[in-house]
Amino acid sequence: MRTETATMRKIKPINAMNEALDSAMAADGDVVLFGEDIGAYGGVWALSKGLQRKYGQDRVFDTPLSECAIMGACTGAAMAGLRPVIEIMYVDFMTIAMDQLVNQASKIRLMSGGAFDLPMTIIAPCGAGTCEAAQHSNSPEAWFLNTPGLKVVMPSSVRDMNGLLKSSIRDNNPVLYLWHKVLYDLEEEVSDHDLEVPLGSAAVRREGTDITVVAYSLMAHRVLESAANLDGDVSVEIIDPRTLHPFDLDMVLTSLRKTGRLLVVHESPIRCGVGADIVRRVCDSGFDLLKSAPKVLGGKDSPIPFSKPLESAVVPQVNDIESAIRSIVKA
Amino acid sequence: MTFRPDDLKRMYTTMVLIRKFEQNTIEIFSRRMKQGDFPGALHSSEGQEAIAVGVCSQLRKDDYVFSTYRGHGHAIAKGIPLEKVVAEVHGRSTGASRGYGGSMHLFDKSINFMGGNGIVGAGLPMALGTAYAAIKRGTDQVTTAFFGDGGASQGAFHEALNMAAVKKYPIIFVCENNHYAATTHVSVNCPIEDIGDRSKAYGIPGPVIDGNDIQEVANTVGDAVKRARGGDGPTLIECKTWRHRAHCMVIPEHRPGKDRRHWSARDPIDHLREVLTARGIANEATIQKLEFEAQEQLDAAVKFMENSPMPDPAEVLDVVYAD
Repeated sequence: MRTETATMRKIKPINAMNEALDSAMAADGDVVLFGEDIGAYGGVWALSKGLQRKYGQDRVFDTPLSECAIMGACTGAAMAGLRPVIEIMYVDFMTIAMDQLVNQASKIRLMSGGAFDLPMTIIAPCGAGTCEAAQHSNSPEAWFLNTPGLKVVMPSSVRDMNGLLKSSIRDNNPVLYLWHKVLYDLEEEVSDHDLEVPLGSAAVRREGTDITVVAYSLMAHRVLESAANLDGDVSVEIIDPRTLHPFDLDMVLTSLRKTGRLLVVHESPIRCGVGADIVRRVCDSGFDLLKSAPKVLGGKDSPIPFSKPLESAVVPQVNDIESAIRSIVKA
Repeated sequence: MTFRPDDLKRMYTTMVLIRKFEQNTIEIFSRRMKQGDFPGALHSSEGQEAIAVGVCSQLRKDDYVFSTYRGHGHAIAKGIPLEKVVAEVHGRSTGASRGYGGSMHLFDKSINFMGGNGIVGAGLPMALGTAYAAIKRGTDQVTTAFFGDGGASQGAFHEALNMAAVKKYPIIFVCENNHYAATTHVSVNCPIEDIGDRSKAYGIPGPVIDGNDIQEVANTVGDAVKRARGGDGPTLIECKTWRHRAHCMVIPEHRPGKDRRHWSARDPIDHLREVLTARGIANEATIQKLEFEAQEQLDAAVKFMENSPMPDPAEVLDVVYAD
């Protein structure tokens, strides 16, 4: 590793994403960025701060408040050979753009017999924990994982937010890149050498021997906290898949060879969810590795309510994760 | 503008070719359905040929076109080789989309034919993207997006017109108002007489024209193309027309006989034939020769399709993701 010679600096998610956009735009003149409030203002999350001034209004611009038109423009621009990036201000607003993404962008490569590539990236914040109520707090990744033709990226660390965004933009497929709002003020020390992360490669967040916990986005942090609380009692290995499709099953199986026990934790609703599918994959490819029944801890069967205690009650909390881990290890 | 005799003759042949293609496809599909097969959905554009051919006569090879599920005519008129269109609607590996797309999803990247669409009005938002790409690259390519009277009720229509008008994108929005969205009359879909008038809400021109008069279509589109290439933004063109058949093969004819008689007296091919003879451009013998040429092209394309292999199921997942 070259990290010992690198300059370290502290950055937050929005810096990581802004810098990723900056470097992608500097490297490739076909990379363009648009969406609501993205141009002069720099994005409501400050995603595009400074980029319009640097790259001009023909590459970074505001659109009308029309998610369907934004997604359609993105799809058409990608078909024309550009490499567009758009921001959907909250992932909840994707419903307005749904046809353009799941009926158009994700299917055009197939429908055209492979003639058209769709090199496009959709950035959207997701998740509960900010008391923004039912229509600004979703984690709908399972909808998109159920859509062949899309890739889904959900980083948890600041360095991954940079590296995975650059990889998403370089990818020749529609990539949905979801970052969690609760991580907005997360700060990490990074060096420029750290910031290359390919799609489809998981990361070990903590090594352990008793149980493998697969968790991504905000839940990767929450599981880390649970694991620290259980330290000395249960030895928890945490795998952060980082991208949900493509999914790094090998790293999960490698971990299970050591632990033999599996828990998947996610914030999105448990029914027909990401965890169910990860368990399916493990049962298909590594059933013999399991010493006990694999489990999933996910969001409850409820939209996200507003008031803090209600909101917290529907998504997994640190103590919920600890109980789930204990119950599996005891079994 | 008055069109040259050769241009009009070429338009006539293409219109006849589209009609013969549609009739032949229905014939083959009907035969297969009688055998208990499911050949797929088929939306005939018979009766609307003047719009497809008139619009595309004003476009360059590198101009973008977004089509609809009633898009065979658009595809042929824009220039997808006929044999590739025939092969695609019959699911052959030699088709325009290698058999992955079908009748509603004809694509040809080499001529910027950006696909038909099974979702009503859904091509319009994508037209924003190709139009933007042309501006960003400093080319003077225009984008044409076709849709129907039903499509004008979609949110996508309004979002796309609004953004195109705000950004002055070089787009020609072509509404083929054939008066029925599936089985629903346009009066149920639209509270005003002319869909073209919706242009006023976006501050763009919205001519309402006879879609069965190819010269009127070509002239109006020609003006809109000039406007778009000149940086003056989009135009909405409403073409009043009529499809000869019901919405698709499995829906029986339900439209009033009075309307059908009204429109069958205004067939676009009959109309152009009258122009050709009235202007002394073609006599009966020349007309027959043009129609014979169209038939020969179609016969060759059908033969090509019949000799083409079906796609290989082993390759089914090859086109979902790019490397």
